[in-house]
Amino acid sequence: MSVAEFFNMGGYALYVWGSFGATALLMVIEPIMLRSYRHNVLRRISRLARIKAEERV
Amino acid sequence: MSSRFINWFKFSSPATFYPLAGRMVPVFSLIAAALIAVGLYMSFFVAPTDYKQGEGYRIIFVHVPAAWMSMFIYLVMAFWAALGLVFNTRLSGMMTRALAPTGAIFAFLALWTGAFWGKPMWGTWWVWDARLTSELILLFLYLGYLALQGAIDDNRRADRAGALLVLVGVVNIPIIHYSVKWWNTLHQGASVSISSGSSMSAIMLWTMLIMALGFWAYTIAVALSRVRSIILEREADTTWVQELAEVRS
Repeated sequence: MSVAEFFNMGGYALYVWGSFGATALLMVIEPIMLRSYRHNVLRRISRLARIKAEERV
Repeated sequence: MSSRFINWFKFSSPATFYPLAGRMVPVFSLIAAALIAVGLYMSFFVAPTDYKQGEGYRIIFVHVPAAWMSMFIYLVMAFWAALGLVFNTRLSGMMTRALAPTGAIFAFLALWTGAFWGKPMWGTWWVWDARLTSELILLFLYLGYLALQGAIDDNRRADRAGALLVLVGVVNIPIIHYSVKWWNTLHQGASVSISSGSSMSAIMLWTMLIMALGFWAYTIAVALSRVRSIILEREADTTWVQELAEVRS
């Protein structure tokens, strides 16, 4: 099977790659979004903790 | 034997669960990556061409696992929702909330890959068929839960309202499952069933199961990772959060 044949998927290229592509895209984006969510939460809490520490001094 | 004496309520404390989840995330991420890599290889290079649908049938290897996960995640959410209502544990609501976006993604993917499979095989992207419509309602239940949860400022009240919505919506899960039996649908019946085994070839079935297990491990990894951030957000004022190494730095 040649590379071109493989990507052609017996004429079903749009449907097969449209399905696998959308699935791969979302399953890559979700962990990236989770990473930035955690980053934002940590930044906010760290600031909160710093302000509290300064108040105590 | 000693498992009977484990104090499960100990793990319902966010302070105990946060580091535990942190250790589990990389383990399940690795399992997911390995299973999905093997599953993808088998999907394209091991599983044979279908005699009727040619290469087009390979969509099954993402479509069925995504559809299974969309229903399974909803049941797990319902479990946590019920637990939260009965025992009033804080972590339950956070787990329900952490699973919802992933469930919504899989419900969307089940519909999307279904449309991309329906077009070449049935000649249409969409029909108002019982299976398709009930799966669409599942997607709306996930989105409705997220909207309701987001609309209430008080976390505990948001959790309770969300839990009720999730539990009422459980009625939709058997409807999705039996829709292909109860109604005359364009969607085919189940190829794999608990009672009568599988009507697929062994290699296709194994490929599908490996992909499904990979999606399952992926779901655990992302849900635990999300619940960690939710815990931090909600427990921000507590001493244990402010003393965490990642917060102090």
